[in-house]
Amino acid sequence: MTELLRFTLNGTPREVAVRPWDFLVDVLREQLGLTGTHIGCTTAQCGACTVLLDGVGVKACMLLALQCAGRHVTTIEGLATLSEGAQSEGAQGEHVQNANLHPMQRAFQEQHGLQCGFCTPGMIMAGLDIVRRHGTQVDARTIAHDLEGNLCRCTGYQNIIKAIEAGAQAMAHARMGNPAA
Amino acid sequence: MLSYQGVTLVPEFSYHSPATLEEAHSSFQQAEDAAFLAGGMTLLPTIKAGLRAPSALIDLTTLRDPALFAISRQDNSIVVGALATHGKIAHALAQGQPTLSQIAGGIGDPQVRNRGTIGGALANNDPAADWPAAVLGFGATLETTRRRIAADAFFQGMFTTALEADEMLTAVHFPNPKRSAYAKFRHPASRYALAGVCLTQVMDGSVRVALTGVFPCVMRWLAAEAALSADFTPASLADLTLDASEALSDIHAQGDYRCHLAQVMLKRAVVQALA
Repeated sequence: MTELLRFTLNGTPREVAVRPWDFLVDVLREQLGLTGTHIGCTTAQCGACTVLLDGVGVKACMLLALQCAGRHVTTIEGLATLSEGAQSEGAQGEHVQNANLHPMQRAFQEQHGLQCGFCTPGMIMAGLDIVRRHGTQVDARTIAHDLEGNLCRCTGYQNIIKAIEAGAQAMAHARMGNPAA
Repeated sequence: MLSYQGVTLVPEFSYHSPATLEEAHSSFQQAEDAAFLAGGMTLLPTIKAGLRAPSALIDLTTLRDPALFAISRQDNSIVVGALATHGKIAHALAQGQPTLSQIAGGIGDPQVRNRGTIGGALANNDPAADWPAAVLGFGATLETTRRRIAADAFFQGMFTTALEADEMLTAVHFPNPKRSAYAKFRHPASRYALAGVCLTQVMDGSVRVALTGVFPCVMRWLAAEAALSADFTPASLADLTLDASEALSDIHAQGDYRCHLAQVMLKRAVVQALA
């Protein structure tokens, strides 16, 4: 009933047995333990499950796991370069303090780009897709428009937009393009 | 996955990832109730919602032929591979054909546009989708694994097209009009058209007007075409009305309101085409 999915997850080749009707978000969360990719609506509307597929932002709740065969998937866990002594991939807790956050993640922290945090992983991944499409000098108006596939029920979006704008500029300073492109 | 107390909520199906159209066709023939999967932005939600339960999904995005994904400009037309995503089309045609770029860029949201394809949208023929209006408004030609089909013969009713069950779209040929515009009253949540109008005028002055979101299937508005062919101004549309008795009507918009919106969108499209 299962088939072996071979793909690259956050830079590491992985193999996992999945069923043809398993969606990527469920495999990430339940089989691979990467719970940073959130499930909001399960209907491709809220954007909480946004990940990068070969560097392109997609909603993992509407992508079959087997559609990722041979491809590169980047989740929120793949952005920070964990410092030495960090625990295993995807673990939560204190080591995050030691992590070398991606400029887009740091910008969300510095700009207060979140409240409850539920939408945040999807917002950050959507922010990286915005940088891919519009470059690091993207303006606030474009960011606001291009967040139409990501819902936030706390913030009113203003600080999320500021965070993506600041994160994009920080990526330029760090000479970073899209981490998975 | 997606199970609750041991009950699987997503129906079981097999998954096939063909490299060639021939392989896709033979996988389709071998399964009892197969469905072709392109970007999956309609089919997968439909399966999740329990509205369809195919026994096999034939993934067309694994096909190798680059022409199926390409967007190219030829002398008098633009050729879009059936598996080109809305996002890629919006980007590729931003300079060369802004109307088609605008149509592609107004579908869904960025992540949906990164997956969803023009071929998938056309084969699905949702009554409120954007690409059917573009294809009918431009008088495009659809290329399939068997033949070429004119836009006027392709759209046959709600979610119904001229495609045979095992026939796949391969490309869409859009002729270059003299003028074109698309005006859409967008449902703010679904991003589908409550009313959308695709308008083109070719070199000899004749006009095509395609309506989406208003009736059970995309259709041409022949009276508006005649009026605009005689006089390409918003004023020429003053006396036109649509019969709302066959119009779509739901909690989002009643039929007479959709018909009114169609008229407003057409006037906006004329202004935009003249700009």
